[in-house]
Amino acid sequence: MNMEAIKIENLKKIYKGGTHALKGIDLQVGTGDFFALLGANGAGKTTIIGILTGTVNKTGGKAFIHGMDIDKVHDTIKRDVGIVPQEFNFNIFEKVEDIVVTQAGFYGLKRHEALKRAEKILKDLNLWDKRHQKSMSLSGGMKRRLMIARALIHEPKLLILDEPTAGVDVELRHGMWEYLTELNKSGVTILLTTHYIEEAEQLCRNVAIIKEGEIVKTGSVKELLTTIDKQTYVVEVDQIASHVKLDDFKWSVLDDRTVEVEVDQKKTLNNFITCLDKEGILVRDLRPKGNRLEKLFLNILNS
Amino acid sequence: MYLQLIALQSIVRREIVRFLRIWVQTLLPPVITQTLYFVIFGTFIGSQLREINGVSYMAFIVPGLVMMAVINSSFSNVVSSFFGSKFQRNLEEMLVAPVKPWVMIWGFISGGILRGLLVGLLVFFISFFFTWPSIHNFGIILLFIVLTAVLFSMGGMVNGIFAKKFDDVQIFPTFVLIPLTYFGGVFYSIKDLPEFWQTVSQFNPVLYMVDGFRYGFYGFSDVNIWFSIFILIAFTLIVGIINAYLIRKGIGLKS
Repeated sequence: MNMEAIKIENLKKIYKGGTHALKGIDLQVGTGDFFALLGANGAGKTTIIGILTGTVNKTGGKAFIHGMDIDKVHDTIKRDVGIVPQEFNFNIFEKVEDIVVTQAGFYGLKRHEALKRAEKILKDLNLWDKRHQKSMSLSGGMKRRLMIARALIHEPKLLILDEPTAGVDVELRHGMWEYLTELNKSGVTILLTTHYIEEAEQLCRNVAIIKEGEIVKTGSVKELLTTIDKQTYVVEVDQIASHVKLDDFKWSVLDDRTVEVEVDQKKTLNNFITCLDKEGILVRDLRPKGNRLEKLFLNILNS
Repeated sequence: MYLQLIALQSIVRREIVRFLRIWVQTLLPPVITQTLYFVIFGTFIGSQLREINGVSYMAFIVPGLVMMAVINSSFSNVVSSFFGSKFQRNLEEMLVAPVKPWVMIWGFISGGILRGLLVGLLVFFISFFFTWPSIHNFGIILLFIVLTAVLFSMGGMVNGIFAKKFDDVQIFPTFVLIPLTYFGGVFYSIKDLPEFWQTVSQFNPVLYMVDGFRYGFYGFSDVNIWFSIFILIAFTLIVGIINAYLIRKGIGLKS
């Protein structure tokens, strides 16, 4: 039976002090999915993750992981879940290998088995050479990878990543994307929260946007992108003449060789390029301005 | 169950590695402090005092000083380790894993017990440089030292659960634990106190631990030994239940 990896029904959380972090959320993440949960700071993403992983008590509602109710069999569920929290939360005085092997022990793995697995994971994540170093001496990127290694040591079926690439340089981020994509292909369901919308668009198949404790949009990334009614492009041309008229488009001149044009869904880029062609203007380069999902995200947040 | 035992083993191993790694902070200070007590109270002052129940003053204070070291070490090990884990948030490593509350409790507490017993043993060995304590009943000695280490390790756990900042880690030991220990008959027999203070002293639980422990060495006590055992077991059970309740409810751990 292909059940959801995560199923959340009317999930509510009110923190002490009265903050309504979650106002009755419904969410489903399919098994094997790579799912993004997007939202501004304080939207409730980390609260959802906290409830699913057992570090936050919910106020109301239900949550199921692989069909199991977290209220009834959370210990069983925890065996299937790996979590990479937003903040570094390992003991900074402990050695890299000890952190991973101790975590394996929390899942019932015998030490000799844990050591074997730790070797593989630390090698995969390029941390093997650092295994005897105290975690405090690692760079930010290495610490992120250590968090992933620790989350994977018990071979979870569901991996939850709370902003895993925050503060990671571009090269390393791309390396992590590749690693996560491979992991997802191997059958691990991934729930990702991120501030890098580009990351979600690149990696994830499905997405939910959360705003002030409520899911305001959910669906496949492709599907959501089709809801964007306008797209802005930056166009590099060989010349801009003052007499040029492109009345069908909303456009503006950025400099003597660059224009910005807004194209709505009813028209195509072909229309625009044809117009330029008629005016004898050659297009040298064309790119979307900003990220499409980011635009949608901002539209929703600002609505 | 098997999973839980491996998890317990992992926590205990980590706790032992922790206090051995920082032995200059965890093992050395109590040994030095108690050595100073042996020198100053036992040798300099004790030489001018009469015997108590037939044992020299130096020999009289040995059990109390060992117990004092065990109490402080057990308590501070758990409170600092647990609060440190909470502060660094690496306690979440256990909360997200299928580790049962009792395993978490006993993992941290075992660390406190082991450090307490190790420090107690070191202080006891140091005492051989000053006197040669006799042993009346080894079973009683073992019962009191182990249960006291368990009790104060669990006490440290409660303190650690409620502590929100580093100051909170120090408040209970400074304002409660140390006075109770000093007034717990480490340096004197309560029978030498005026009747009023003898009565007041009987409300101090540490008295029963020190007095019972001393009974194991010399065979005399200020309080009935069975009553001391009862008090020790009762306190251990009460603090144990409080611990289990707090962890099960996630008080101080979950938001």
